[in-house]
Amino acid sequence: MALNASKNDLASGAIFVAFGAYFALEAMRYEFGTPFRMGPGFMPIVLGGILVALGIAVAAKGIGKPDEEAAPPWPWRGIALVLGTVLFFAATIRGLGFIPVVLISGFVTAMSSVKNNLVSALIISVGLCVLCLLIFVVGLGMIVPLVGPWLRF
Amino acid sequence: MDLFSSISLGFSVALDPFNILYCFVGVLLGTLVGVLPGIGPTATIAMLLPITFSLNAETALIMLAGIYYGAQYGGSTTAILINLPGESSAAVTAIDGYQMARQGRAGPALAAAAIGSFFAGSVATFLLAAFAPPLARAALNFGAPEYFSLIVLGLLVSIALAHGSILKALGMIVLGLLLGMVGQDIYTGTPRFTFGLRELFGGLNFVAVAVGVFGVAEILRNLENEHEREVGVKAVKNLWLTRDDIRRIIMPVLRGTGLGSILGILPGGGHILSAFASYSAEKRLSKNPEEFGKGAIEGVAGPESANNAAAQTSFIPLMTLGIPAHPVMALMIGAFILQGITPGPNVINEQPALFWGIIASMWIGNLLLVILNLPLVGLWVKMLSIPYRVLFPAIVLFACIGTFSINQNVYDIYAIAFFGIVGYLLIRFGCEPAPLLLGFVLGPLLEEHLRRAMIISRGDPMIFIERPISATLLAMALAAVIVAVLPSIRRKRAEVFVEED
Repeated sequence: MALNASKNDLASGAIFVAFGAYFALEAMRYEFGTPFRMGPGFMPIVLGGILVALGIAVAAKGIGKPDEEAAPPWPWRGIALVLGTVLFFAATIRGLGFIPVVLISGFVTAMSSVKNNLVSALIISVGLCVLCLLIFVVGLGMIVPLVGPWLRF
Repeated sequence: MDLFSSISLGFSVALDPFNILYCFVGVLLGTLVGVLPGIGPTATIAMLLPITFSLNAETALIMLAGIYYGAQYGGSTTAILINLPGESSAAVTAIDGYQMARQGRAGPALAAAAIGSFFAGSVATFLLAAFAPPLARAALNFGAPEYFSLIVLGLLVSIALAHGSILKALGMIVLGLLLGMVGQDIYTGTPRFTFGLRELFGGLNFVAVAVGVFGVAEILRNLENEHEREVGVKAVKNLWLTRDDIRRIIMPVLRGTGLGSILGILPGGGHILSAFASYSAEKRLSKNPEEFGKGAIEGVAGPESANNAAAQTSFIPLMTLGIPAHPVMALMIGAFILQGITPGPNVINEQPALFWGIIASMWIGNLLLVILNLPLVGLWVKMLSIPYRVLFPAIVLFACIGTFSINQNVYDIYAIAFFGIVGYLLIRFGCEPAPLLLGFVLGPLLEEHLRRAMIISRGDPMIFIERPISATLLAMALAAVIVAVLPSIRRKRAEVFVEED
């Protein structure tokens, strides 16, 4: 399908519209106030409306002007593994503790590069774990369980 | 207090051995991240903010400032040696610097960049010392309407200077402003956009937003196409400039310093613009413009001086008005706030040791940078051989651990993931991340001053036009937008920025 429009412009316009609409609609539930005494909903509704308008304008500008360059490939593996690691870190740092989480996170992120294999990823994750332990726990006195409650028997 | 006694107070702070040490750590880290592509000063400072908790205010800010201007130096080293600017403002340096390196003149190119940067940094720091106090005094008279107009001006000028689509830049700013409104409303305490999560009542953590948009998004961007860097120059010999070189760089350095000092004050990446402006000025003024692009030393010395001068003077709006000129300065505001200091015109009177200490440390930092960069350039060349596949897991982990250590709040880490993917999509679709962060930091200020001004005027928006300072600022903001959309200027802008590729 040959789309006679800039996919970049349509996509970024859509993101703007989505965010603008969310903020404006959600802000409807807050008190709007008067210009004299603006309520908590005033600015978000106004700005959300502006963002929706800008999003439409961005998308409209892209119509009839296809992107000149082909889009780069999507780094699916990177997106999944890097974001997955960050979410995993957040979900388990309290439960598993510093050392297991850093080891696993380091290993998985390293694997998101096609250039790393199992061995190099393992070396990277152990090295990073030692480094982070020295910097954050020893050096900066960060208070975090090294091995969390989930792993204690 | 006159300028002399102020500066000597500053040096007494900056020359404290502990502060010199942290200044050194700052410029060292700055050079390092400047050299390593894929991680810039914004993400670094965001990650290191939590570390500065345990330091006192002077030391923390001296170190963070060092990272910022250190990165300007480091960026030029990679630009010259491998044609890969580590920092966006060094893109211009790569044009002629890399050509010089290919002709075996890497040494003189590095020396010209370092000398130009040192000179420009010193002069611009002096300008900062001279102009900040009167500006801060003037700013003490600013009320809510003036601050509102000033913030509007700052946001709109940053669009005029950003490259790429103006509409998209506007959209990013408004999105940033909206994200800044997450959390409890300052006047009524109503929680907004919090999904009922108590952890979000204090607003989104801006370190999380910054490392998400500048750190994680950048990593995803780099994973699109993985390729190893090649270091063309293995060893750098002969750093000395010939007498002819020195003669050729004097004027470009002076002009670059002037241009950079002025443009640095403008919001939104004045240091990038000043480097481009200096390059095109040198090309136009040169007797041999055909040499440019083929290894003209003027094309290295001028832009390098300009971006360093701009890096120093961009502290002026931060230190006098509490308004950040670009994302790194926005993070510096965060550093002030973490230390319990409200940045703004009062800092200079209430915290003179801090204010002058930071300024004095910039001279020391610039001197340290010359030492770090010229004799030790071989070390940085070695650094370049660290493969990205080792580097980025470290960035991800540092970002998570650092952010978590601020508040021990896991929602801050979820926020990194969210802003990482949103930031990546927006950058991929051609939007610049810097205006978003600027809007995010300025959003709460904008709302507060708007609402306060409207209460003062009993709901009459004319207050912004009736007060002369406010009206002038708004007129300037309008002019900035008009200038940005005028077709002739747009073509110029496109021309200026096209050389980046």
